[in-house]
Amino acid sequence: MSVTTYSEDRSTLKARLRRAERMQRLRALGLVLPLFLFILVVFVTPIAILLTRAVDNPEIADNLPLTTTALKDWDGKDLPGEAVYAAFAEDLKAAQKSKATGLLGKRLNYELPGTRSKMLQAGRTAEKMTAGPFKDAFLKLDPLWGKLETWQVIERASHRTTSFYLLKALDRQWSPTGGIEQVAPDQRLFVDVFVRTLGISVGVTLATLILGFPLAYVLATLPPRHSNLMMILVLLPFWTSLLVRTTAWVVVLQTEGPVNDLLLWLGVTNEPLPLIFSRFGTIVAMTHIQLPFTLLPIYSVMKTISPNYVRAARSLGAGPFSAFWQIYFPQTMPGIAAGCLLTFILCLGYYITPALVGGPTDQMISYFVALYTNRELNWGQASALGAILLAATLILYAVYNKLVGIDKMKLG
Amino acid sequence: MFSLPPYASSLERVWRAALVVICALILLFLIAPILVIMPLSFNSEPYFTYPMPGLSMKWYADFFQDPRWLNALKASTIIGLASTTLSMTLGTLAALGLSRANFPYRAAVMAFLISPMIVPVVITAVGMYFFFANLGLNNTYFGIILAHTALATPFVVITVTATLTGFDQSLIRAGASLGASPTTVFRKITFPLILPGMISGALFAFITSFDEVVVVLFIASPDQRTLPKQMFSGIREQISPTITAAATMLVVAAAVMLVTVELLRRRSERLRGIRS
Repeated sequence: MSVTTYSEDRSTLKARLRRAERMQRLRALGLVLPLFLFILVVFVTPIAILLTRAVDNPEIADNLPLTTTALKDWDGKDLPGEAVYAAFAEDLKAAQKSKATGLLGKRLNYELPGTRSKMLQAGRTAEKMTAGPFKDAFLKLDPLWGKLETWQVIERASHRTTSFYLLKALDRQWSPTGGIEQVAPDQRLFVDVFVRTLGISVGVTLATLILGFPLAYVLATLPPRHSNLMMILVLLPFWTSLLVRTTAWVVVLQTEGPVNDLLLWLGVTNEPLPLIFSRFGTIVAMTHIQLPFTLLPIYSVMKTISPNYVRAARSLGAGPFSAFWQIYFPQTMPGIAAGCLLTFILCLGYYITPALVGGPTDQMISYFVALYTNRELNWGQASALGAILLAATLILYAVYNKLVGIDKMKLG
Repeated sequence: MFSLPPYASSLERVWRAALVVICALILLFLIAPILVIMPLSFNSEPYFTYPMPGLSMKWYADFFQDPRWLNALKASTIIGLASTTLSMTLGTLAALGLSRANFPYRAAVMAFLISPMIVPVVITAVGMYFFFANLGLNNTYFGIILAHTALATPFVVITVTATLTGFDQSLIRAGASLGASPTTVFRKITFPLILPGMISGALFAFITSFDEVVVVLFIASPDQRTLPKQMFSGIREQISPTITAAATMLVVAAAVMLVTVELLRRRSERLRGIRS
């Protein structure tokens, strides 16, 4: 056998192996592809739409096109000239025909509360205007049209994209001088809601850790014949419908419910406590729902900890508590991190439970996303709030992936 | 019930006993709401207080005679079965692909496929509401089934991938080298091994859909009123004892599923030769 044939042989073998591996990889990709595309279309597209809605701003540009063009030449320092008012009158006439004045009024009202009816009035008046000077006509109609701020707002809102909703979601706005300032104190709302959302999530995470850790410890150290039944008791609520559990908490905590009956009977209190529609009720119900999510990762880590380490510590003279604290507890940290992080991420998005068990001041950010979508019909604001919540969730999700690894996520 | 080492001090024994009591209380906290609500569904009076004046089955009769509850049950079952089938197919295929050796960017792809479980469901719901409005899919069964499939598939991916970890790929090679076609290898080797994971995944997917209310609140009309939506509006408006009957039946169903999944998990571990 000559040297050349040997190396030829080797190279063809290598090539064939590489080809076989490539085929296998393609086949694996082919198996994943259908779900990948499905998630991309059915799940990612809607979220992308939501994100664009958060900065999308078509109302003024679409319905006041002439004004938008006329305002391009305006310096923004003094009231605009006759040309802008003439364009405004022309636009309003068209808007009145296409019944868009209501939409314009609603959009202006977001930035200048109380101006909706004035826009409607301006629309009706503009219909009857035939000749100029339009500026004087509008100034006479309402002082609103003679304010510099009004035109600054209209000019800013005439761009196709806006940071208005995102700033508003943080209780901020553009100031007349072009900087970013806090909105008026009576309009501040969302920073409070974000802080509350974080606060409730931290509270629930801590509560699940305090309750979950000892339970996980006992479950992990008991012989299987005892721990199996206990595990089923832990998992049963996990498997039970979220609405069933929330209903149960509504029944248990209500004013004439069993807990209040018990407290009255024990003489702890003389009148029923407001357990439901309160922060207390919200945290209790959420802790109940999230407990298994925190407990299970801690439990799986504890299962892998060999009892020999604690035994060794004891034999070297450590007391039972210092052996636990210095030897056992640090080994459970990966489980604690995984469980608490997962619970915290899931808590941020809670909607149903606070909506049913909490009071008006216990609602979290998801509630406001729903409220602005369904009731207020201010989709820009709903989307902006959603975008911020999504960003927070995805950052934490990335941390979770880095720290814990998505493969480690277990169910039941 | 605890086996403490013989060198345990008396303080340690007391602490251990205290721990057991604490855990019993935590378990009580976990199980209490369910235990409280189940007997109330047999109350003869429409109150939610103990002691109950008498027992009756009338709230169950109510449930099965009220067309609203029955339609809700039907709608939930249709949507649940359809989205389970769809997410089983997509999820199992993806899990098989993901657990092949040297899958490129495995962690990133997996994180992407699992993300519907992590993203707050209100965001998903509002996004779908906007998206489906363009496609005319709002207020249709098809739209809800698509949405629920997206939400349920992560559970299938996770459970089936879990059965495939530690799966000995040489079993497949052994089958192939002995002359079995890829189809036969799948049918005789892979399928029986992943079946427990698939069934667990299917149950998870089904309860995800059966339990889901937020997306339904946004994209469904009263024609697709599901069981959770019916319960949600029931709690919002006037909480009627019929809800406790529905809740009790759902708890029983959950218990049956839980035991099934637990038995399947053990069977799967036995099949793969994992001993606890």
